[in-house]
Amino acid sequence: MKPAPFTYHRARDTEGAVRLLAELGDDAKPIAGGQSLVAMMGFRLARPRHLVDIARLPDLDYLRRDADGALRIGALTTHHTVETAGDGALGAGYAVLRDAMRWVGHLPIRTRGTVGGSIAHADATAEWCLLAVLFDAELTAYGPHGERRIPAAEFFHGFYTNALEPDELLVDVRFPAPARHAALTEFAERHGDFAIVSAAVTLDFGPEEGAGPGTTPLRGGRVALGGVAPTPVRVPEAEEVLAAGGRADAALFAECAARAAAAVDPPGDANGSSQYRRSLVRTLVEQALEEAVNR
Amino acid sequence: MTAESTAQARTGYRERQLVVLDVNGTEHEVLVEPRRTLVDVLRHDLGLTGTHVGCEHGICGACTVLVDGRPARACLMFAAQAEGSAVRTVESLAGPDGELSDLQEAFTRHHALQCGFCTPGFLMLAEGHLAACPRTDKAEIREVVAANLCRCTGYQTIVEAIDDCARQRRNREED
Amino acid sequence: MTTTANPTRGGLTARALPPENLVTAGEVAAREGTAGRPRAADSSAARRAAGSVPSAATGGEAAHPTAVDSGARHHRPAGRLVGASVRRREDPRLLTGRGRFVDDLHPAGVLHAAFVRSTVAHAEVASVDLADVLATPGVVAAFTADDLGLGDISARLARPVEEFVPTDMPILARDRVRFVGEPIAIVIADDAYAVEDGLEAAKVTYRTLPPVVSDTAALAPGAPLVHDNAPANTLVDVAMFATPGIDEVFAGAACVVRVRTKTGRQNALPLETRGAVAEWIDKDGQLVLHTCTQTPHQVRTVAARSLGLDEQAVRVVVPDMGGGFGIKCVVGREEIAVAAAALRLRRPVKWIEDRKDALTASFLAREQRYDARAAFDAEGRILALDADVVCDMGAYSCYPFTAGIEPLMASAEMPSVYRVPAYRVRGRAVTTNKAPTAPYRGVSRPQYVMVVERLFERAARELGLDPVEIRRRNVITEFPYTGVNNITYDPGSYRESLDLCERLVREEGWYEAKAAAAAEGRHLGIGYSCFSERTGYGSAAFAARKMEVVPGFDIAEIRMDTTGAVTVTSGTQNHGQSHETTLAQIVADRLGLDLAKVRLQQGDTDRITYGWGTFASRSVVVGGSAVGRAAAKLADKLLVLGAHLLGTEAGEVELAPGGGVRVRGDHARAVPYTAIAEIAYLKSNLLPEGCEPGLAATASFDVLDDGTFSNATHACVVELHAGTGRVEILRYICVEDCGVAVHPQVVEGQCRGGIAQGIAGALFEQVTYDDNGEPSATSFMDYKVPTALEIPDVAIHHLETPCLFTETGAKGAGEGGTIGAPAAVLNAVNDALAPTGTELDDTPVTPETVRNALANGPRAAAAPTGEEDR
Repeated sequence: MKPAPFTYHRARDTEGAVRLLAELGDDAKPIAGGQSLVAMMGFRLARPRHLVDIARLPDLDYLRRDADGALRIGALTTHHTVETAGDGALGAGYAVLRDAMRWVGHLPIRTRGTVGGSIAHADATAEWCLLAVLFDAELTAYGPHGERRIPAAEFFHGFYTNALEPDELLVDVRFPAPARHAALTEFAERHGDFAIVSAAVTLDFGPEEGAGPGTTPLRGGRVALGGVAPTPVRVPEAEEVLAAGGRADAALFAECAARAAAAVDPPGDANGSSQYRRSLVRTLVEQALEEAVNR
Repeated sequence: MTAESTAQARTGYRERQLVVLDVNGTEHEVLVEPRRTLVDVLRHDLGLTGTHVGCEHGICGACTVLVDGRPARACLMFAAQAEGSAVRTVESLAGPDGELSDLQEAFTRHHALQCGFCTPGFLMLAEGHLAACPRTDKAEIREVVAANLCRCTGYQTIVEAIDDCARQRRNREED
Repeated sequence: MTTTANPTRGGLTARALPPENLVTAGEVAAREGTAGRPRAADSSAARRAAGSVPSAATGGEAAHPTAVDSGARHHRPAGRLVGASVRRREDPRLLTGRGRFVDDLHPAGVLHAAFVRSTVAHAEVASVDLADVLATPGVVAAFTADDLGLGDISARLARPVEEFVPTDMPILARDRVRFVGEPIAIVIADDAYAVEDGLEAAKVTYRTLPPVVSDTAALAPGAPLVHDNAPANTLVDVAMFATPGIDEVFAGAACVVRVRTKTGRQNALPLETRGAVAEWIDKDGQLVLHTCTQTPHQVRTVAARSLGLDEQAVRVVVPDMGGGFGIKCVVGREEIAVAAAALRLRRPVKWIEDRKDALTASFLAREQRYDARAAFDAEGRILALDADVVCDMGAYSCYPFTAGIEPLMASAEMPSVYRVPAYRVRGRAVTTNKAPTAPYRGVSRPQYVMVVERLFERAARELGLDPVEIRRRNVITEFPYTGVNNITYDPGSYRESLDLCERLVREEGWYEAKAAAAAEGRHLGIGYSCFSERTGYGSAAFAARKMEVVPGFDIAEIRMDTTGAVTVTSGTQNHGQSHETTLAQIVADRLGLDLAKVRLQQGDTDRITYGWGTFASRSVVVGGSAVGRAAAKLADKLLVLGAHLLGTEAGEVELAPGGGVRVRGDHARAVPYTAIAEIAYLKSNLLPEGCEPGLAATASFDVLDDGTFSNATHACVVELHAGTGRVEILRYICVEDCGVAVHPQVVEGQCRGGIAQGIAGALFEQVTYDDNGEPSATSFMDYKVPTALEIPDVAIHHLETPCLFTETGAKGAGEGGTIGAPAAVLNAVNDALAPTGTELDDTPVTPETVRNALANGPRAAAAPTGEEDR
C-alpha cells in the first residue's frame, strides 16, 4: 500500500500553483490536506505523476464575514479551524457549520483536511458538499484565465467529479446568507465513517427581529441529502412542505420527511439497500428538522 | 518463469528530494523519494520506530503524531508536506532519563495498553487533545479516542487513563 | 453421567476488585524495586466497578438506572504477588516507543518482499511472467514456486478418510489458485515502495474455474471441487455422541425449539499485521527468522521441513507482538517464502503484510452455519440437544490444527454449562474458494454458546418461563461433572455467576427501565449468556481431537545467577497478555524474590527447549504451572545449599522473604541467595559432596485430564433505535470466574477486550464474498472494527473457584469475553424485538435488519419451531 512514484512540487502562491497545474496537465493533482488523496494513492487508485502542494499558499486560510452577511471560507481552512471557531467568526447564522464538523472523520483527519479539499473531492456523502448545496454556496475557482464563480448546484457532477478544470483551484467558498435554524445529521454504522445517508436542513422564520419558531409561522426552508445520489441533492418536494408555511411542529416535519423519502431513489450497496436508505432519509430529515427548530 | 541474478537491485531513475524535518525539536535532513510517507521516514529513515503503522489508509490511527501540536495521521502525509512543521512523536513524551510523563503513567496505572502496538498513537492523540482542551470531559475524550483503533482493551481503560490524567493536570493547576 | 459432591464449594467467594485495594502504592513500589515512583490512587472504586453508561444523545428518554457496587472486597495474603495488580513490566518500553516489533528490525542491507497474489478465486495458473518485474527499478529478485521448490505445509488429523481429507497448502501456488489473494510469486526489492512497483509489473494468466463461494454451494450436488481429492468439498465430517433413543426423546418432548443461524466471516485483526525478517547467519550456520508468531517452535518445524533443513539450522525469534488473537498461532506461507528468499539471496529479507492483504489474503475465521434443536420437558428441563454444524474453512487447512479446528471444537463442547442428557452432533468443515481460516479467540465457542443460549431463550418463551430461571434449572451445579460429551468439568460457579449477574441487573433497575421504555414506545432489551470456557487444554484433550501433532505441555527452565536474580524460560508466547509480569509474579512468589529479580524469556527457539506457544487460554494454566514447578525445583536446591551453609539439614530450613534461606524458628540464622550462588558458581569447591555446580532447574507441566473450565455470566442491555436500526448497548455486566486471578487488572483487561471482540462479531464485522469470490472488505472502510463510541464500558465482578490442579489455582482467562458476548448481545436484541415477533439469529446483526424487524412488527413469530424439513 505504497503510492506510485510522483514528482513533488510546492507552490508558493496561487498563480504559481495554477501555472504549474496548467503546465503539467492531466498528470498533475493539487494536494492540500491530502486526507482522501493520500489514502487513494496508497491503494494506487489514484496515481498522479505530479503533486502540487498548495497547503502553504498564503491567504487561503480564513473565515470571514462580508458586509452583506455572507460567510467566506478560504479553501485551505481546515475542518478543525471551523470546529474551533468562536461565535464571533461564525455567529448563530453559521453555527451549523461548526456543529457539523464532529461528523467529519475524526480529530486527526480534521486537523489536516481542508474545506476546499473536501468540496473538490466531491464525495457524495461529504459534509461540506452537503452544506455547500444546502446553503447555495458560491464556489470560486481560480485558473489561468482568472476567477470563475460556480453555484454549488452546478459544481457537483457525479461520484468524485466536479466542475473544476484540471488547472483550476478552488480558492473560496461563499455561504451567501445565514441560517439560524439549521442542522445536519447523518447515520453510519460507526461514528466517523462516511455517512450511509446524511441530511441537512434550514428553516426560515423570516428576518424580523424576534422571528422564530415560538413567534412566527414557518416561511420556508431547505432540505439537502447526501448518500442518495451520485451528488448531494436538494429535495424540492420536501421543501414545498416547508414553503407552504404553518406551524413548525412534529406533524409538519413528519410530512416533510415523508415527502423527502418518497422523492429520492437511492442506489443500494453493501452499506444499505435502497429501501433502507429511503427509510434513513425519513428518519434523518425529521431529526434534522427537530434539531433545527430548537436552535 | 524465473528470477534473480546477482542480488543487486535493478537500476533505474528514482527521483529523490531533500526533505528537512523538525522532529522532537531536532532538525533532520533526509534524501528520499517524494512518495515516502511521513511515517515511513520517521520509522525507517530517522529510526524513530515508536510510531507504528497499522493500516496506511488513515483509519486505525496507530501512526498518529503531532504536527504543529495537533494530532495527525503520519500515514496520510508525505514527508515533504511536513517540511516547516514541528513534528512530535511518542519518543518525545518521557523525560530524558526515561521517566514516564503523567499521561504515560496514567496509561500504565489504568492498564490502558495490552500488546502496546496502538499505544503510541493513542498517547499522541491524547497529548494533542489535552493540550488544546484541558477542560475536557469524559464524553469528549471518548469521542476523541474513537479516532483510533485498539483491538486489545475495549477502550474503557484508555478513556479512563486520559480522563484521569486530565483531572490530575487540572488539580495540579489549581494547587 | 456421574456427579459427585464439589470439594471446593465452601471456598467460593464473591469479590469485586477495585485496584487501589489490592496493594498499596508503597508495597508495589517496594516489591518492584522502584520505590519513589508516584502511584496515584484510582479515584473511585464505585465508578470503576460500575462502569458507566456511555453518554449518548438519545434525548427524551427515562434516566438510565444507576449502577451499584456489590461483592466483598478481596484480600490476598500479605506479601504475595499472585493476586496483586502490580505495574506491568512490559509497559515502560511500550509507552515510550522503545518496544521492538518485527517491522522495527532493520538489519543492514535488508531487502523488502511482497507477493504477487491471485486476482481470481479459482483458476489454473496458465503462465507467470516476471520479466517486467525484474526490470523494475529497485527490484532484486522474484521467485515462483518452481524457483524455490519448497515443501508444502501439511496439517493432519489421525482420522480415516471418511472423517478427514488431507490437503496440502503450497508455500507459493503452483498450477492452481484457490482464493483471491493466494500468493503466486515473491518479489524482493531494495525498498518497500519499489517492491510494490514490481508487483504491478507481474503478468499472470489464468484459466478460470467456477468458484465455490459459500458452504451451501460447496455442499450442493455437482459443485465444482476446490480440492480434487475432497469429494463434496468436505474436509472434515465427524458425527459424535448419538445418544441412543434421542429421536424418541424429541418425539415425546413437551417443547422442541430450533435455532438456525449463520455467523459472519471475521478477521481476528491484530493491529500489527503479520510479518517476518529472515537472515542467514554464516557464523551460526543458521537461518534466523524473526516473526510475530504465537507459536515459534511450530514455525521452526514447518520452516525446516519446507526448506529441507534440520531444525537446529533454523532459529525463530519473536519480537514484541502487536496482538494475535489466534491468527498468529498457525504457520503462514509468507514467512516461509521470506525465509527461502533470504536463504537463496544470502541477504536479510523483510516482509510486512499490508492491511489490504491482512484483510483479504490472511487467515479468517468464524463463518459457520448451525441447525440446532433442543427438547425440553414442561418444567423447562433440557432433554436433548441435536445439532448440525457446517464450518466454511476456506481454501486450505491450517497448521497444526487443520480444518477440523472449528467443527471439532463445536461438536465436542456444545452442551456448554448445562446438564444435557442426550446429545447428537454432526460437524463438518467444507472448503471454499475463500481465504483460509485459523483459530480465532474463542474458536467456535462464541457461536455454539450463542446457539445454545438462543435455544434456552426460545424455550423459555415457548414455556412461559423466565429466561434466567430456565437456565437456573439446567446449569451444572455438582462437580466434577462428566457430561454426555464425555468431558469432565472441574468445579465452577455456573449457578452463582448467573444469580449474581441477574441480581446486579435487577438492582441497577434495568427491568424497570425496560418497562418504562416500552411504555414510551421505545425498545429496550435485556439478554444473558451463561457459559464456560475450557482453558489449558493438555495433551489428553488435543489427542482426543486426534491431531497428528498433539500440543499440550510446557517446559520451563530457571537459572539463578551470581547476583541472586533469576531468568526463567517459558514455551508460551506473550502477545499482549502480560506474561512478563504474571509469570514472573508466580516465580517471585515461589522464591520469595522481588519481581525485579525475575526475568522471563520467551520466543526464541534457541533459548527455549520446546514450547507450544500461546493459544487456547493456556499460558497461565500450563505455562504458569511449569514456571512454578521449575521455581519449586530450584528452591529445593537452594534449601539444600542454604542448609549446608548454615550448618544444618535441609529439613530445618525454609525460604526467607526477600531472597534467602533461613532456619525454621530461628530467622536470625539466614543466608541470602547471593551467598548460595557464590558457592554454586564462584566457589564450587565449597559445595557439599555430590552437589553439582550451578543453580538451574527444569520442569514441565501438562494437563492430563480434561482441562479446567473458567466460567462467566454476561448481561447486556440494549436499546434499538427504530429510525435507524442502531443497536445501542446501554449496559454490559460480566460476572466471571477464572479461579485465582494472578493479576486481577490483567484479567479484567482480557475480559473487556474479549467482550469488545465479541460485540464486534455480533454487530459490526464481516467479510463477505461476491459470486466471483471477490472479498468485500479490502480496507477499514469496509471491515468495520468498532471504536470507543461503539464499545461500551463493562462492569466486571469476580467469583473465585480455584483450579484444583494448577500451581496457583488459576484458570485461563483469555477467551471468555469473546465467547460470551455474542450470545448476550443477540439475546438482548431479541428481547427488545419480542413484541414484533421477529427473531434475529444471524450475525452480524446490522442496523438494516433491526430496522426492518422493527418496521415489520408486530407479527406472528417467524422462527420455526418443531420438526419441519429436518
